[in-house]
Amino acid sequence: MIGVAFRRLLSAIPVLLIVSLIAFGLMRLIPGDPAAAIAGVSATPAQIEQLRRDLGLDQPIYLQLIDYYRGLAQGNLGRSLLLGTGVFAATMERLPVTIGLSLYALVFTLLIGIASGIIAALRQNSWVDQAAMMFAMIGISVPSFFLGLLMIILFAVHLGWLPSGGYVPFGESPVGWLRSMTMPAFSLALLQAGLLARITRSSMLEVLRQDYIRTAKAKGLPHRRVVLKHALANALIPIVTVVGIIVSLLMSGAVVTEALFSIPGMGQLLTQAVLNRDYPMVQGGLLLVTTFLVLVNITVDVLYAALDPRVRYE
Amino acid sequence: MNLLDVSGLTTAFMTGRGEVNAIEDVSFSLKEGEILGIVGESGSGKSVTALTIMDLLPKPPARVAAGEVTFNGERLTGLSDRQMQQVRGPGISMIFQEPMTSLNPVFSIGDQIMETIAAHERLSQADLRRRAITMLDKVGIPSASRRLDDYPHQMSGGQRQRVMIAMALACNPKLLIADEPTTALDVTIQAQILDLLMDLRDEFGMGVIIITHNMGVIAETADRVLVMYAGRVIEEAPVATIFDRPMHPYTRGLLECVPSLTEDKPRLVAIPGTLPEPARRPPGCRFGPRCAHALPSCAAAIPPLETLEPAHAAACFRAKELAPA
Repeated sequence: MIGVAFRRLLSAIPVLLIVSLIAFGLMRLIPGDPAAAIAGVSATPAQIEQLRRDLGLDQPIYLQLIDYYRGLAQGNLGRSLLLGTGVFAATMERLPVTIGLSLYALVFTLLIGIASGIIAALRQNSWVDQAAMMFAMIGISVPSFFLGLLMIILFAVHLGWLPSGGYVPFGESPVGWLRSMTMPAFSLALLQAGLLARITRSSMLEVLRQDYIRTAKAKGLPHRRVVLKHALANALIPIVTVVGIIVSLLMSGAVVTEALFSIPGMGQLLTQAVLNRDYPMVQGGLLLVTTFLVLVNITVDVLYAALDPRVRYE
Repeated sequence: MNLLDVSGLTTAFMTGRGEVNAIEDVSFSLKEGEILGIVGESGSGKSVTALTIMDLLPKPPARVAAGEVTFNGERLTGLSDRQMQQVRGPGISMIFQEPMTSLNPVFSIGDQIMETIAAHERLSQADLRRRAITMLDKVGIPSASRRLDDYPHQMSGGQRQRVMIAMALACNPKLLIADEPTTALDVTIQAQILDLLMDLRDEFGMGVIIITHNMGVIAETADRVLVMYAGRVIEEAPVATIFDRPMHPYTRGLLECVPSLTEDKPRLVAIPGTLPEPARRPPGCRFGPRCAHALPSCAAAIPPLETLEPAHAAACFRAKELAPA
């Protein structure tokens, strides 16, 4: 398994190289004069010239590239034009917020999605199955911002149980963090939970038909063990594959959710950066988010090997 | 007392065209240590009979419509799920046709053997492991203690079937049902597995039901034979009698289908026609439309299984007159 982790880490290197090149190209690919575009229409020629020098755009391209990678090696992603602080520091302040939100949403997704998928599969075609699948359909169809709004109206405005927005760092107050993040995480999770419920259901139905399930029953194992050990261990294999994708969907979905609940995460940071043509920020943020997602997918691959011995021994 | 008594067993399946009987009025019994062969074409109801005894059919669509199964003096039909779980394993256990897919691919074979024992006996982890190694030894897996942690995909089909047998015998069952245990294996491996089953029967003294479509397997292993056709038992006799004096035209047809190197007969003989689908069975004798000896009266009623000579029963109106003298 350590072998799998090591091989996957190695294979992540070219991916990160390509991503970093794309991030580098981002600013240079702006049509016309990037410095003028970044500075905006009201900038004076002197300001544009100053910006060009600040961003190193006056250098030949190969020197820019060397500078860029030298910076990356030192953890220096440049300075944000808007915030005036280092891109890395700004990202490290916001990225954990988004990761926290996404992982919390992932917990909801897994709990709701896998549980309702298993129950629906075990009671195939019963009213329980139909109710679970209708619920999944609603989850898939309702946009998360709309669900978020409904939740704010109900739980924050009418019942007053939860705050309508804002953010409390986990380190400051775990309870406060839970209170501020539950609605955003749930509204973000429901769409993915619906998808996962459907995938879990069909995966379970497929596995429950297999010969080894009949063998497990023929051995006199209790029903619970047949389902939760023999069936689930196999049904989880396709589910884990989707979990990697779900995490990246949750991260991108978080942009809207953060805006709705005024959570100071990556979504807000990057939206501001894009609107204000803060290219160094966009570039660095993109690189760091991608790195995180690559790590998530490596974890998924390792999990995959943990679940399926046939992968482990390849 | 018989080890197993099956009487009037009828299993129905709900299908798009209404309820259809997969097996009908199946009756037979089995003594301790006896090997009973059940033979018939695919779809004749052999496996449904076995799975009904084990209560392993999905319900719905399956339903035991009539009859009962008595095992070791206990009536199995109508037992709760939990009670039936205790019968499976130490009472009756089963091996299947497909060794390649019958083992769970994500657990080691040791784990799968040990959990079988653990489900029925309280043993320490070390004892479980010892028992599993002993079982693997008994079924002829070399260096058993090392192979215990192997996964099914690291083994050949023959080895997997040996593991299945080890698992099935791990709780010392009184009855083993082997559903086409050698069909998916190479011919050379087939003989090894059959020999193994015979040896283990002698060692453990359990009753065995071997389900097969292969008359050769029957000749080699069974003490007594049950021939099934379209969901019904159509002949029952000791193995020597079946081969010497088959009474049902279908049984005779089955035996003629066995290719022979020595006898002077056409290279391959086949019974004309095909087994009718459960929903489209003909009236009267189900073999009638394919039978060379059928009379119009054969379509009038289903011939009952009648004992025509000691220990030999057949379900054919013309069995007596057609029987070889």
